[in-house]
Amino acid sequence: MIELKNVQVKVADFNLQQINLAVAKGTYTVILGPTGAGKTVLLESIAGLHAIREGALILDGKNVTDVVPEERGVSIVYQDYTLFPHLTVKENIIFGLKVRHVAQSKIIEQLEWICGIFDVEPLLKRLPATLSGGERQRVALARALITGPEILLLDEPLSALDAESREEMYAQLKDTHRKLNITTLHVTHDFEEAMSLADNIVVINRGKIAQIDKPSEIFYHPASEFVARFTMARNIFEGKITGQVKNEKIFKTDSIELYAVSDNNTAQFAVIRAEMIQLTVEKPVSVPNVFRGTVKSIIDKGANILVTLDCPPLFECLLPRRQFEIMSLNTGQQVYLSFPASPVHLI
Amino acid sequence: MEVWQKFARTAGNNFKRHRLLVLFSVFSLLILLFILVPLFKMVFLSNKEALWQAVRDTNVLKSIWLTLYAALITAAIGFVLGVPLAYILARHNFPLKGVVEGLIDLPIVVPHTAAGIALLFVFGRNYLLGKWFGAIGINFVDSLAGIIIAMLFVSVPFLINSAKDGFRKVDVRLENVARTLGASPWQVFRRVTFPLAQRSILSGTLMMWARGISEFGAVIILTYFPMVTSILIYQRFESYGLTQAVPVAALLIIVCALIFIGFRYILQREKKHD
Repeated sequence: MIELKNVQVKVADFNLQQINLAVAKGTYTVILGPTGAGKTVLLESIAGLHAIREGALILDGKNVTDVVPEERGVSIVYQDYTLFPHLTVKENIIFGLKVRHVAQSKIIEQLEWICGIFDVEPLLKRLPATLSGGERQRVALARALITGPEILLLDEPLSALDAESREEMYAQLKDTHRKLNITTLHVTHDFEEAMSLADNIVVINRGKIAQIDKPSEIFYHPASEFVARFTMARNIFEGKITGQVKNEKIFKTDSIELYAVSDNNTAQFAVIRAEMIQLTVEKPVSVPNVFRGTVKSIIDKGANILVTLDCPPLFECLLPRRQFEIMSLNTGQQVYLSFPASPVHLI
Repeated sequence: MEVWQKFARTAGNNFKRHRLLVLFSVFSLLILLFILVPLFKMVFLSNKEALWQAVRDTNVLKSIWLTLYAALITAAIGFVLGVPLAYILARHNFPLKGVVEGLIDLPIVVPHTAAGIALLFVFGRNYLLGKWFGAIGINFVDSLAGIIIAMLFVSVPFLINSAKDGFRKVDVRLENVARTLGASPWQVFRRVTFPLAQRSILSGTLMMWARGISEFGAVIILTYFPMVTSILIYQRFESYGLTQAVPVAALLIIVCALIFIGFRYILQREKKHD
C-alpha cells in the first residue's frame, strides 16, 4: 500500500502540489500525463530521490517521508533501463545484493530464481552495450526485483521499444506482476499503454492530479476537459445545460443541441469519444443525437480511419478500417452521424 | 582518354569530398611540427657525449627523481582533495557556484611567480599557516613541502576541471537506481560514479602530474634548493650557458615522453575495452 498525503515536492523550477494518492497493495497503477507533467518527479519522490517538503508518504503503514532511498524497499526502472555500463549483466543483476552484503550462497540462489523468471541466464556474461532493447528491459527488471522490493516503479519502461516488442512487453509486465504480486507504479504518456496495463490510472498534469479512476472510467468519463483531450476523446464542445427531457439533459452549444444522460447539472463541456459515433448514409431513426455533415477530411491511421465531418461544428469520428471500406466514403460526401445519449459525457 | 577523364573525375570528386579534411590536416601538421621540432631538435641534436654525461651526473638524476616524485605526491594530494570538489561542482548547485568555478581556474591565469609570492605570504615562516606547520616541523621554504605546495597550487585546476567533466557525463539516474537498489551514497560513488568517471579523473591526474613536473615560476620563489629539474636547467643555463643546460633538458624530455606516452597508451587501451 502506497499512501501520499498532501505531498509537495519542489525540484528546480518544478512543483508537485497537493498530491493525494492511495495505491492498494499488489495493484498495477499507471500514472498518465503529458511530458513535463511531473510523472517522473512523483516516482522519484516515492523512491526517496527528492525531498518531500510537505505532507507524508506512507508505505505499508510506515511513514517513510524522511527515510533514505536505500532503506525504502522501492526499486525503480527507467526508460532506457540505465544498466551500469561498466558491469556485466550478472554484476548488474546482483548489484543490489552485493551492496547489502548478502551471503554468496544466497546471491547464487536469488540469481537462479530471477534468471528463471526473466530468462536472462544466457546474457549473464555480456556487457549492457551488447544487449537488444528487450534484453536490456529484462535485465533491468531482474536487477530491480532480485532484492525483493515491496514496490516497483517503472518510468516510461516501454517507450524505447518498437511497436511489436512493446506488445510483448505488455505481456511480460503483466505476467511479472501476476507472478510476484508486487505493487507497481508505471509512468507513461501513452494512453493506449495505460489502458492495456492498468488496474487504476492516475492522470497528472502540471504537477497536480487530474483524475484517479479505473481505465474504463477515464476512457468514458474524463473528469475534466484536460483529461478528455489527453485521452483523445476528440469531440469536446463548450456550452451549457438548457433543459431536460425525461432522464436526458439537453446540452446546447453555439450550433447544436446534444442529448446526454448525466447527473451533472452545471456542465460546461460535452464530450463524445470519436469511437462512439456511428456514420450512415441513410438517416437513422430512434437515436437522440443525429446530425448531417459533409466529409471534410479523411486521415488513414492504419487500423482505424479518422474522418472529420463539418455539420457544423466539426466532429471527428474514428471508423474501423473494414467499416470505412464498406461505406467507401469520399471528401465532400454528405452522411449522417449519430450517437445515443449515454456516451455523451458532461463535465 | 576516357580512362584519364574518369580518373580526373574521381580525383576531383575525392578532393571535393575530403577537402575539409585536407585543409584541417595541413593546419594539424603545422601545429604538430611546431610542438615537435624544437623538442626533437633538443633531444637528437644535443651532444651525445654531453647527454651521456648528464645521465651519469648524480645531481641531474637526483633532480629529475625529485621532480617526478614531488609532482606525484602533489597529484596524489590533488586527487584526494580535488576529486570531492569536482564531484560537488558536477552534482550540486549552490550560491556563487560560478564564482567558485572561476576561482579554480585562477592559478592557470596568474603568472606563476606571482602565485609563488602569494603562497609565500601564507606558508612563509612568519605567516599564519607557515607558523602552524612550522610548529609540527613542516617548513615550506627551501624544502620538498615547498615544492609540493607550489606545484599543487598551479596544477590542481587541471585535475578538478577534468574530473568535474567526467562526473557530469555520468547519468544521475544510474546513481538513483543504485540508491534504490540499496547502495549508500558512498557505495554509489565507489561502485558506480567513480568507475564511470575514472578515465577523466585519471587523465586529469596525469595532466596535473605533468603540469607539476614542468613548474618553474612558483617553485623557484619558495624553494630554490633542493633543485627541481626546471630550476636546475635554468641554473646551468645562467651559470654555464646552453651547452650545460641542453643535456639536462633533453634527458627530462626523454623521461617524460616515455612516461606520458605510456600512460596515454594505457588510457586508450582502457577506452577500447569499454
